Amino acid sequence: MSDFETVAASENQAARRGPSGEPGTPNQVGQPRKPRSLAGDAWRDLRRKPIFWISLTLVLLITAMAAVPGLFTSNDPADCVLSRQHAAPSGGAIFGYDFQGCDTYARAVYGARASLLVGAFSALMTGAIALVVGMLAGYFGGWVDAVLSRLIDIVLGIPLLLAAIVLLKRVSTDSSTVRLASVIFVLAALGWTTAARVVRSSVITAREQDYVAAARMLGAGNGRIMWRHILPNALAPAIVVLTIALGSFIAAEATLSFLGIGLKEPTISWGIDINSGRVHMRESATPLVVPSTFLALTVLAFIMLGDAIRDAFDPKLR
Amino acid sequence: MFRFIVRRLLQMVVAFFGTTLIVYALMFAGQGDPIQALAGERPVTAAQRAYLTEKYHLDATGIGGFFYRYFDYISNLLRGNLGESLTGRSIGDILADAWPVTIKLALIAIAVAVIFGVTAGVLAGIRRASIFDNATLLLTLLVLGIPTIVLAPLAQYFLGVKWQLFPPTSGANPDFYALLLPGIVLGSLSLATALRLTRTSVAENLRADYVRTARSKGLPRRRVISVHVLRNSLIPVITFLGVEVGNLMSGAIITEGVFNIPGVGFNLFRGIRTEDGPLVVGIVSVLVVVYLVSNLVVDILYAVLDPRIRYE
Repeated sequence: MSDFETVAASENQAARRGPSGEPGTPNQVGQPRKPRSLAGDAWRDLRRKPIFWISLTLVLLITAMAAVPGLFTSNDPADCVLSRQHAAPSGGAIFGYDFQGCDTYARAVYGARASLLVGAFSALMTGAIALVVGMLAGYFGGWVDAVLSRLIDIVLGIPLLLAAIVLLKRVSTDSSTVRLASVIFVLAALGWTTAARVVRSSVITAREQDYVAAARMLGAGNGRIMWRHILPNALAPAIVVLTIALGSFIAAEATLSFLGIGLKEPTISWGIDINSGRVHMRESATPLVVPSTFLALTVLAFIMLGDAIRDAFDPKLR
Repeated sequence: MFRFIVRRLLQMVVAFFGTTLIVYALMFAGQGDPIQALAGERPVTAAQRAYLTEKYHLDATGIGGFFYRYFDYISNLLRGNLGESLTGRSIGDILADAWPVTIKLALIAIAVAVIFGVTAGVLAGIRRASIFDNATLLLTLLVLGIPTIVLAPLAQYFLGVKWQLFPPTSGANPDFYALLLPGIVLGSLSLATALRLTRTSVAENLRADYVRTARSKGLPRRRVISVHVLRNSLIPVITFLGVEVGNLMSGAIITEGVFNIPGVGFNLFRGIRTEDGPLVVGIVSVLVVVYLVSNLVVDILYAVLDPRIRYE
């Protein structure tokens, strides 16, 4: 928590330039009139928001589903018997069976894993790329910034879905691990630009602060200043952007799998199930509605969580 | 202004070559034997192989050969020569048939976004923090969070199949009514973003000094909002909608695929499904160019509307 408060306090300083506490030492004891830090403010704000709690609960629930699917269903998603095609709910299969005679609910539960893996790893990779690029561009400025910013412009100018189609068409393997990894790589390679811009602008703000000048006068090198003094400032806004990006990566994975170029059977993915449910919607709609609901709730949960945190941290919108 | 346009054009040229180079390198370079791929299962004679190698400079290896073939691809692309799909139809013909439908669909989507999004956005911006404002914000968050692959099939099922309010799919020559539901689905995302943009922009401008001046001059509230606030608030919205037209042209893959609308996105959808490599490559190349050009037009429009952009 203390790291978080350091970040918030220095952000506060940057935003207000008022008589708030010194950025490095936000927890000074014995200062009764110390203004509440931005993180404290944000937390008070968040605590009162039902959307925050709802989305947090959903995120935790889905994470649990991805980690231990056995907790939520005792049926095997691969146990498909054609004689049960579109059969009514029975014995644990609370939503009945799909066209292939698989348990609709069990497949939806087991589908969480692939989605969350893609979302989390793409977001982590995106974060790493964005931090490096944004930090270099923002800290060094000059020609480094010019080159990296043009690179960001170009990548931003490539429509994500089209580029992902082109890239993934080259992956011809059917190995599910390789497909999973390639979807993650493709999404990360195309999706880092927004986060990089956010990091760059917060680095530029932080670079001009007095404590950075002080650290430099004390003889700190570029590496140390970037790592110890500037990175913590860029981290909080980047995490908010990445939470929202995680949701959209999950949606992108499902879209690509829906098109048939993302994940493929035997990997269980909501996108694949939505597509097969769509084809047979006239006979039975539950195999379409159930994975659709799971996917929509997951994406929504991440986007709403990120949105709530950003609102809490952005005093301008209050 | 002239300088701005020239600079922006130069940037666009760089972006054009950058993007097409990436697309080309990913799609063509490093693939197996292109001559065998052309011939399919049949054997290729040595004479044919020599002729094709000579014609397409396939023996030139390294950077020179790569760029020779890349410029060949670019010049074909610029001349509108996109080759043939695996079914033997010219891709140019396929696209010529598909564009009008896609443009119609995109226009419906934009109209939906403008009529509902901008109106609701202005109301929400004026009545900030009211019930209406909070409700629309929550609603837009829902719309933004629900992926098209969920929205399109569910809308098709409930509104088309179950309650039969709209035709569930459109035929070969879709009329306005058949395109209405897909247009609403496609436009819902732009609607949500347009609403949020308008709301923020109106709320910000309401606090601006010139609005206070207008009010203190005694102008009626209606006039202050419709003339002073709206004019300035709509600049970012127009930019967004312009970019969105470019997005909608390429973003309609899912919607057109689900609703069977014979537009550009549908052909791409089918190309992916049937593993029709040349069709996918051709359509993607054209869409990238459309996207770049629409971005350029929007940037210039933006500079026309807001003089601050030109003088950076």
